[in-house]
Amino acid sequence: MKNKSLISINDYSKDQILKTLDLAEDFEENPKQRLLEGKVIATLFFEPSTRTRLSFESAINRLGGEIIGFSSQDSTSVKKGESLKDTIKTVSNYCDLIVIRHPLEGSARYASEVASVPVINAGDGTNQHPTQTMLDLYSIRKTQNTLENLNIFLVGDLKYGRTVHSLLMAMSHFNTTYNFVSPEELRIPEEYKMFLKEHKLQYKEHIDFTDIISEADIIYMTRIQRERFSDPMEYEKTKNSYMLRRDMLKGVKDNLKILHPLPRINEINEDVDESKQSYYFTQALNGVYTRMAIMSSILGVK
Amino acid sequence: MADSKPKLQVSAIKNGTVIDHIPAKHLFKVISILNLEHIKTQITFGTNLESKKLGYKAIIKLSKVFFKDEDINKIALIAPHAKLNIIKDFNVTVKRQVEVPDQIKGIAKCGNPNCITNNDNVNTIFYVIPKDNEKVVLKCHYCEKITDPEDMEVF
Ligand SMILES: [Zn+2]
Repeated sequence: MKNKSLISINDYSKDQILKTLDLAEDFEENPKQRLLEGKVIATLFFEPSTRTRLSFESAINRLGGEIIGFSSQDSTSVKKGESLKDTIKTVSNYCDLIVIRHPLEGSARYASEVASVPVINAGDGTNQHPTQTMLDLYSIRKTQNTLENLNIFLVGDLKYGRTVHSLLMAMSHFNTTYNFVSPEELRIPEEYKMFLKEHKLQYKEHIDFTDIISEADIIYMTRIQRERFSDPMEYEKTKNSYMLRRDMLKGVKDNLKILHPLPRINEINEDVDESKQSYYFTQALNGVYTRMAIMSSILGVK
Repeated sequence: MADSKPKLQVSAIKNGTVIDHIPAKHLFKVISILNLEHIKTQITFGTNLESKKLGYKAIIKLSKVFFKDEDINKIALIAPHAKLNIIKDFNVTVKRQVEVPDQIKGIAKCGNPNCITNNDNVNTIFYVIPKDNEKVVLKCHYCEKITDPEDMEVF
């Protein structure tokens, strides 16, 4: 994977995904490895995303690398000023690797085509966020001891949720059974159902999941955002019906874990936080190990 | 009364290309995909001609113009049944159907307003993906979103 940009999770084969996860495991066991000493990494955040930026910068610091870059306060500044191409060409001169977060879809792919150094996509609009997917996969494998033959419930905004779409594609390597739980207006898009049919994978769609929750190995919750609804009344009704509460977790499988890309609004009630099924805070920590793994394999130091 | 079928009111050409079976509603898109406005030789168009297959079709006859396959095949996105006749000395020498390409570069606009190609000076690239009943959709190389050729805007 040396010098290869990571733009979309589909850029990685099953084998490359598994190798990256193994490497992340190695970093978790042995986090003090100053493999990026003498390397400069640019973190270009054209829109704010504190969590993702801190996770990357923590990973770079642990590996002994230097950070240059910026984080814009608001994404509107993208529209004015110099072109993305010029920024990327200039920054390429000063670093060994670029991490980019940008509000426009396709910006990271384009950046990787004009940059003279490898690029990692830290989120391009509603399109892809592959390092999030990698940490999701890491969390699933860690809690289930395997990625094969799992039953995964994806809950909430399945229409616009990019983490859901990328996770769905990545899990297709592992004979996954999918249960999609969402309100009517936020159902999983047709193209992803087509993709699963082509790969002969089982899936079902549900409006409500209280009756079937006992089948789940993983429940992956996502935010339902107000701006996705044209009718604010509809939003108010919907947001509460996709809330996970502790009393719903009676009779679930022993190995069940609940994941969430964070930040949450109210879709996971705080009484779930102390349950043995909650895993979303550890999931975020796993992001540091997976990002260490991705960066060091792209820079060829591991 | 002679029961002759109404013939196309478009005259024959000596050398050149005839493109037939274009859906009438897409004639102007075909003109722009093929860049016909820059051609200096004689071109005749017929449109809203009755067609059993298409309802209404259009036809283009281009004198002394021959296309490269990769250029003419771009119209297959919106005119998948288009027929090509290559004419030499009033005789049809080649007759073939257009073929849908795997990839198209630089002719169509991405339907996603939030795509980098609609905000920075980036040439579009699409992958042509087959759908049911001979239809295709276009997947943007950059934003990975789907554009339907029926709604596609041509540069
Ligand atoms: Zn696009």
